[in-house]
Amino acid sequence: MAVRAEPFVLNMGPVHPSTHGVFRMRATLDGEVVVDIEPVFGYLHRGIEKLAEQRTYNSIVPLTDRLDYISSMSNNFAYCLAVEKLADIKVPERAEYIRVIMAELQRVASLLIAVGSFLNDCGAYFTPFLYMFRERERIVDLFEMVSGQRLTYNYMRVGGVSQDLPEEFMPALRKFMDMMPRFMDEYDRLLMQNEILIARSRGVGILTKEQAINSSASGPVLRASGVNWDIRKADPYSVYDRFDFDVPVQESGDCYDRYRQRVEEMRQSLRIIRQAMEQLPSGPVRAEVPHLVRPPVGEAYAKLECPKGELGFYLVSDNSIAPYRCHIRPPSLINLTALRDMVRGWKIADLIIIFGSIDITVGEIDR
Amino acid sequence: MTVALSGKEVATKIEEKFSGSVVESSPENLVVKSDNLLDVARFLKETEGLDFDYLNFVTAVDYYDHFEVAYLLSSLEHNHSLMVKARCYDRENPALPSVVSVWQSADFQEREIYDLFGINFEGHPNMKRIFLWDGFEGHPLRKDYL
Repeated sequence: MAVRAEPFVLNMGPVHPSTHGVFRMRATLDGEVVVDIEPVFGYLHRGIEKLAEQRTYNSIVPLTDRLDYISSMSNNFAYCLAVEKLADIKVPERAEYIRVIMAELQRVASLLIAVGSFLNDCGAYFTPFLYMFRERERIVDLFEMVSGQRLTYNYMRVGGVSQDLPEEFMPALRKFMDMMPRFMDEYDRLLMQNEILIARSRGVGILTKEQAINSSASGPVLRASGVNWDIRKADPYSVYDRFDFDVPVQESGDCYDRYRQRVEEMRQSLRIIRQAMEQLPSGPVRAEVPHLVRPPVGEAYAKLECPKGELGFYLVSDNSIAPYRCHIRPPSLINLTALRDMVRGWKIADLIIIFGSIDITVGEIDR
Repeated sequence: MTVALSGKEVATKIEEKFSGSVVESSPENLVVKSDNLLDVARFLKETEGLDFDYLNFVTAVDYYDHFEVAYLLSSLEHNHSLMVKARCYDRENPALPSVVSVWQSADFQEREIYDLFGINFEGHPNMKRIFLWDGFEGHPLRKDYL
């Protein structure tokens, strides 16, 4: 007698250790094999785009902190770039360099979490994660010095940054920069050649180049699939054209490549920070910006290479003190478009790893 | 640097193939008639020299008398970009053709627009609310929703 097998629907989440936030997946399984998945969003929807329509341009900055809350600096940066483009505001040199230092420190901090939680999903439960958090802690200490906050920094302003670096910042940053490469080597020795990690992630969840482009993947996910596209190089913003750095690119687009891509990007970020520290000019840190910014009628889109990919703000102005429309292009949401193609045919345990390798933050998906 | 292509120049290329499909064009963007949107999208993606293979984002703006849906397209090969727009004037049942068959990335974003603006994308494989629950009344990002 033939065994009749019916697909089985498994609900993962909204709160599940592997879902990186309040996020739910409905997985249709055939035995242990994933036939289809449907991501379900909305548990953290706060209507930030609607809220932004009722706030002045300057007071939207704290809202952006709450998007991708583990890389708030990048969100501040992207939003300020968009307003500056819309209202044609010139940012002082020193502020540009401070922004770059902050954005790159944020990238390292965010990628550390991405790598740590990916290893967590692979089953290296919390040991590597705690190592990564040890270093992230130092970056958070640096951010606390400049902004007084440890998660939602609210440091950047339209036209610059809120205040100059305190005296103790540069020595602390120098100390961090001396230590960090050693830690990076430590991760490599510990993990890069780890047999279990390679067995679990090599060849798993392949995202081809064509699929990655067609589903508008961005950031490490896109580059791990072999597309050499980094907004810092392709469309340089701020002062990124003054730094010498490489864009690492992988070939196969599997989970291991996405992991490696992130580790290599951290090294490049450190290179940029080092150069920015050397070139840091003196001067004012904020342009003369009126309390109520009134950009001319029009629209602007500014995009930025945030740790997860292309973060963009599309602002429409009607010459009032609040944006007529503020759209946020969330890299986490758009990177998830390809998830379905990546997991089909893999086992349920691989689903966790593939999902972890995309690196999402729910605050940004739901907004 | 990413070069923003002139909407006027691209509009003449589109007009050669699909005459009457461009409603208006400016150096910054071009507005396409909603009936021709899918054909134009495919044309922009497949024409040599344009090769808009990457859809940066899709979003909508409510202007009271019409909705404007904006598509920012890029070509990773040529490093250029173009903003294409489409309008719908029907406030009760606004609809546009879905571009998911051209760029898969429109999938969640069109659902988001449906959820928050109520614009129906015809031909979308899974047109339902994405953030709000099914029984939710109204579309919050419309200007008349308070």
